[in-house]
Amino acid sequence: MCLAVPMQVIHSDGEVVIAEIDGVKRQASLIMLDAEVRTGDYVLIHAGFAIGKLDTDEALETLALMRECLAAQQGEA
Amino acid sequence: MSGPELFRNREIVRGLADNIARLTADLSAPLTFMEVCGTHTMAIARYGIRSLLPPEVRLISGPGCPVCVTPIGYVDRAVAYARRPETLIVTFGDMLRVPGSSSSLMQERARGADVRIVYSALDAVALAARHADRQVVFLGVGFETTAPTVAASILAADAQGLTNYFVLGANKTIPIPMQVLSADPAMAIDGYLCPAHVSTVIGAGAYRFLAEKHALPCVVTGFEPADVMHGLLMLVRQHVERRCAVEIQYSRFVDSQGNRKAQALLDEVFIPVDTAWRGIGVIPQSGLAITPRYAAFDAEKALPVPVEEPREAPGCLCGEVLKGKVMPPECPLFGTVCTPEDPVGACMVSSEGSCAAAYKYGT
Ligand code: SF4
Repeated sequence: MCLAVPMQVIHSDGEVVIAEIDGVKRQASLIMLDAEVRTGDYVLIHAGFAIGKLDTDEALETLALMRECLAAQQGEA
Repeated sequence: MSGPELFRNREIVRGLADNIARLTADLSAPLTFMEVCGTHTMAIARYGIRSLLPPEVRLISGPGCPVCVTPIGYVDRAVAYARRPETLIVTFGDMLRVPGSSSSLMQERARGADVRIVYSALDAVALAARHADRQVVFLGVGFETTAPTVAASILAADAQGLTNYFVLGANKTIPIPMQVLSADPAMAIDGYLCPAHVSTVIGAGAYRFLAEKHALPCVVTGFEPADVMHGLLMLVRQHVERRCAVEIQYSRFVDSQGNRKAQALLDEVFIPVDTAWRGIGVIPQSGLAITPRYAAFDAEKALPVPVEEPREAPGCLCGEVLKGKVMPPECPLFGTVCTPEDPVGACMVSSEGSCAAAYKYGT
């Protein structure tokens, strides 16, 4: 029920988006989103509403932090 | 390029787990972390996170399965509505099989009740618009991710001038129950994996009182396996460095303020009230009631119906499971009398329930 899913926007008319992940498509209202949405963006879709937009810089930063842990470890071994 | 699959990388998950093992190797007592959210419970079971962790790190599941914490009396009331021929019950799928005192919505549907499953609360409003002769009752269950969508449905029904759309509300909020659980000395919680998607709405700032007043480390963590492991590593680090803070592992979707538009919807339609959590009891100001302004859409106020006396299923330990005190396989009914096909308690029904997770993934 709380299953919000990050999906990639394939179409947006400014009020409603169609987003897709693993071949599943969903339509969602944009009334809860502050940010502008473009095709290719990842948005968090929950029960017919986009409730958040993925911050790509933060995603890459998180991945870099995770990889750093890995590197530190391999350096030690 | 930054899709969810990047956060499922096995090598990264293992590397993070090894870091956790290294940092906890010298601890004198194990650390107990609670994952509050049912989606974390599922992710932990599904990706075998426990098997990758050292014995020094113990994970317990909290009350974050909205269906599971909904009191049985709520199901009984939904069943009572379902039995009225003029009512059309609309719900998310999870509620269908949840056992009430004497029946479930699924059983009522088999007996001819009109119970429909939808993906969005807006679909329920559309049904009300299409069936002007019926009273459409939507089951508004869920936490802060779902509650704004329920609020939006009430506003949409209001804007359309519908007089046959009603919400049977049981929306709840997460942070206060976390404090109540941690206050129980028997629990000895060393930190929280805070929910990912609830936090997109309420913002990480909502947990600050837990870290600052109650000395509980909190990490808002995503749902992919590398996210969960990373969140646990961040909790362990706080412990090792003797810090208590709210940190955001899931920064790609969560900031400290949260989603203002969703919060504005909540403020417009709901007010905080004391509410009962199954197995835990009444928790002050942890429920969301519909404000008097929208009382015409509040099923409880607008559609009085006699409801049977609530009776919990004998032997079901859901309440203890929800508090993290009992692991699902410790329940004598687990897997024998109680299975997902024939559930005794709500924890075995919901896709986010701890018993369902333990049954499905054999943990
Ligand atoms: S296994 Fe079934 S009966 Fe036991 S606690 Fe879980 S839901 Fe209740």
